[in-house]
Amino acid sequence: MRSYGSQAAADLRRAARDPVLLAVLLLVTGSLIVFVLYPLFSVGAASLDVGGGKLGLRVYREVAQSAYLRKAFFNSLMMSTLTAVIGTFIGFVFAFAVTRARVPLARFFNTIAVIPIVSPPFIGALAIIMLFGNNGLITWNLLRIQNFPIYGFNGLLLAQVVTFFPVAYLTLKGVLESMNPILEDAAMDLGGTRWKVFRKVTLPLAFPGIAGSVLLLFVETLADFGNPLILAGSKFPVLSVQAYLQIVGMYDLPKGAAISVLLLVPSLLAFYLQRWLVSRRRYTTVTGKPQQSTTQIVSPGARIALLVFCLIISLLVALIYFSIVVGAFAKVWGFDHRPTLEHFKFVFGVGFKAVRDTLIIAGSATPFAGLLGMIIAYLVMRVRFPGRRFVESVSMLSFAVPGTVIGIGYILAFNHKPLVLTGTLAILLLNFIFRYIPVGIESGKAILSSIDPSIEEAAVNLGADSRKTFGKITLPMILPAFFSGLVFAFVRGMTAVSAAIFLVSSRWNLMTVHIMAQVESGNLGAAAAYSLLLVLIVAMAIALIRLVLKAQYGKFGGSMLHF
Amino acid sequence: MSVRLIGITKEFQDPEREGGKLLAVRDFNLEIGEGEFVTLLGPSGCGKTTTLRMVAGFEMPTSGEVWIGGRNVSNDPPNKRDTSMVFQSYAIFPHMSVEQNVGFGLELKGRPREEINREVKQIMEVMGIAELAHRRPDQLSGGQQQRVALARAIVNKPSVLLFDEPLSNLDAKLREQMRLEIRRIQQSFRITSVYVTHDQAEAMTVSDRIVVMNRGRMMQVGTPFEIYSRPANRFVADFIGRVNLLPVRVERLAEENNLVRGEDGSTFQAVSAAPGVREGGQALLMVRPESLSVSGAEGDAASDTGKLVFARGVIDKTVYLGATVEYEIDAGLGKPLLAVSHDPVDAGFWRTGDRVTLRYSPRAAHLLPVDSD
Ligand SMILES: Nc1ncnc2c1ncn2[C@@H]1O[C@H](COP(=O)(O)OP(=O)(O)OP(=O)(O)O)[C@@H](O)[C@H]1O
Ligand SMILES: [Mg+2]
Repeated sequence: MRSYGSQAAADLRRAARDPVLLAVLLLVTGSLIVFVLYPLFSVGAASLDVGGGKLGLRVYREVAQSAYLRKAFFNSLMMSTLTAVIGTFIGFVFAFAVTRARVPLARFFNTIAVIPIVSPPFIGALAIIMLFGNNGLITWNLLRIQNFPIYGFNGLLLAQVVTFFPVAYLTLKGVLESMNPILEDAAMDLGGTRWKVFRKVTLPLAFPGIAGSVLLLFVETLADFGNPLILAGSKFPVLSVQAYLQIVGMYDLPKGAAISVLLLVPSLLAFYLQRWLVSRRRYTTVTGKPQQSTTQIVSPGARIALLVFCLIISLLVALIYFSIVVGAFAKVWGFDHRPTLEHFKFVFGVGFKAVRDTLIIAGSATPFAGLLGMIIAYLVMRVRFPGRRFVESVSMLSFAVPGTVIGIGYILAFNHKPLVLTGTLAILLLNFIFRYIPVGIESGKAILSSIDPSIEEAAVNLGADSRKTFGKITLPMILPAFFSGLVFAFVRGMTAVSAAIFLVSSRWNLMTVHIMAQVESGNLGAAAAYSLLLVLIVAMAIALIRLVLKAQYGKFGGSMLHF
Repeated sequence: MSVRLIGITKEFQDPEREGGKLLAVRDFNLEIGEGEFVTLLGPSGCGKTTTLRMVAGFEMPTSGEVWIGGRNVSNDPPNKRDTSMVFQSYAIFPHMSVEQNVGFGLELKGRPREEINREVKQIMEVMGIAELAHRRPDQLSGGQQQRVALARAIVNKPSVLLFDEPLSNLDAKLREQMRLEIRRIQQSFRITSVYVTHDQAEAMTVSDRIVVMNRGRMMQVGTPFEIYSRPANRFVADFIGRVNLLPVRVERLAEENNLVRGEDGSTFQAVSAAPGVREGGQALLMVRPESLSVSGAEGDAASDTGKLVFARGVIDKTVYLGATVEYEIDAGLGKPLLAVSHDPVDAGFWRTGDRVTLRYSPRAAHLLPVDSD
């Protein structure tokens, strides 16, 4: 213990020799405490507040005694588990079809699976209502069924699977690509049938990746807010929406906080289990380079089955985007489908403030999140300082914490002294910045771990202080990570709902929140128009960054982004 | 400028070890004169890199002081120390051209553009890389990268140049060429240099003095001649080249005229003795293989004037290498003796089973203390 202390003291002394570095360290650590930990702490504290300045478990008892909230807890867990399993299954089939079976239309399937990732997370729900709702295109216009039971379990499951299977696809595609197909060849060479090879080699090798994907989807679905708010309805309560309703509808902060804690605990458990799995998944990445297999692991019949499966899922995704596009231009969805620009007139007229606000907020939070991500990656990988592990794990926390929880944390933490931020632009910016750094950090760390630290030491040795070393050496080298951090932060910023819905005000509003409001008041056309505009803005931003990268790094630049 | 390391100790945390600590360098004292080229030599893990990094400022000594040019720099960060390092991996900035790499140090010092350009151009000409100025690092060969790294270090006219195994990534031929080059450059700029290697031939070629290290301790400091011919202990003798060692008793310890007796009663003379060898005590008689000459059993002693008999035995193994022939001789001592003959045509060529006499010159014989590390 003493020696650990003396090591920490030596590290601190070393850091203190560089005042800029010391200042950055303090600033980063301090702001992580204030803007990540403190809100979470506030949630915990509020849930234990039994009035009169006393702490107790009364609120939890109330929650436990409410049959409705018990049902919400159960529903959330069940829904997340189902979505995780089904979504991972679909994702795996897609990934397998694209990387291993080499089905026709592989590129098309890849695109189909990536589109939902850059869309607002509730677009599935919106489209499902347009297709299967009371005035749904399929249920009403085609089949003439009134009040088709889309609200609740069925609709929500469909929406969440469509929303989250692409996450599983991207994860598993990476896993399958990093798996050496020579292993499969070898197994076939040893006389295994195709099915045996798949079961005995491919599947076991991919298993840690599959388990990781299930857990990841579980965390994301549990945190999902947009889809259930639109689709769950009152007969099928889920935790994230109930937490929101307690606070916005009933003004019951302690109960909202307690529900948040119930939401947080399984998320954190699943998240850390997932990280642990990923960290020990070593043997699947036998070689880093994707290799082309020489033999055919899939029989012609199986390939056709895979193709048909992928086509059906793709059709569903295409249908969703088709209905959004058509809905944005149809007069009254479900009744009068004559083309009109009315909804866009609304969006660009009365509703334009939300568009402008969203652009300002996401646009200005993005560079800060990108830069902060790179700074943290640098500090964690390259600087020895006491509390390094702390900074690393706290900065990754927002991967695991559901947006609803952090949103409630922010309103609890920042509506009183010492920091009053409620209703300001700052609270939205800070929330976005600290929630959307992890992807930048992760890719920054990945690149840095492949770069010899002596490169930076060489710069220091030549007289560069830490600021110059970071700006002139580290940052240029990890630029690709910086850009993927930027894209992630921008996409998430543009499409954020769960935390943001607590933080918007009449002065600063967001498109996503407006869309939710339009859906609630039955104005599907305007919601579709907003959504379409949102997807277009995000697509344009990604295209722009790709263009910059291409100009900078030649034709391979574009592939630096994982989209 | 001169460099002084005073009582340096470096401790690392190492949870896997008992005690949780690892003493990478212990009580290290060294004074390096202005313009001197000193090499740290020793087996892997002996603390060479750690010592070098403490001079550069990348590691802080747990105790002790680092002085550069009469100033205590122990608490200065690396960027405030006037040292330039050539890294094992070269550490060329991948996103800058060769020219930008070389000029980076001067740029950081805020020198005017024209001056930077002039200096960079000049040093690149000296290093023979002028035509590479606009290349990207990934378009350079290993040897070229090496030169760029060296140019980048030297252009700053540092007080101290530091090298950490700068040649270990090059192929054998280039390595030999570059070590002469490094010596030439160092001589022409007269920059105080500290060089780390575990290749003894490299150390011999470039150094004014060599520091042999083992397990964090300094074993000996001396010129290449002293280290090779007058090692301080058995470790140094073994580490630098091959040796024949005979356990002996010291009969007489006198200036350049030491007399020892072997276990079988035969006497030997040795000109030198390492500190720690005591009269009347046990010692090791050291003769390098190339200092043993091989002749026929009853030997025509005439051709080995002034040489004394070291041992008699039977050739066990002969390795013919063209320029030299290496013999292993069984002289009934447990371990075979080694002898290297440099002129096999003239000195004769012996085959396995031949009875031979080995002779030595007292000038090539050296005494080592027995119980040294
Ligand atoms: N940052 C560190 N943390 C813990 N132990 C370290 C650290 N750096 C070096 N060591 C340990 O200190 C000892 C000396 O290491 P050092 O790198 O100086 O050896 P070296 O002589 O340069 O060896 P090589 O020839 O292999 O480069 C080794 O046992 C090494 O494992
Ligand atoms: Mg080393």
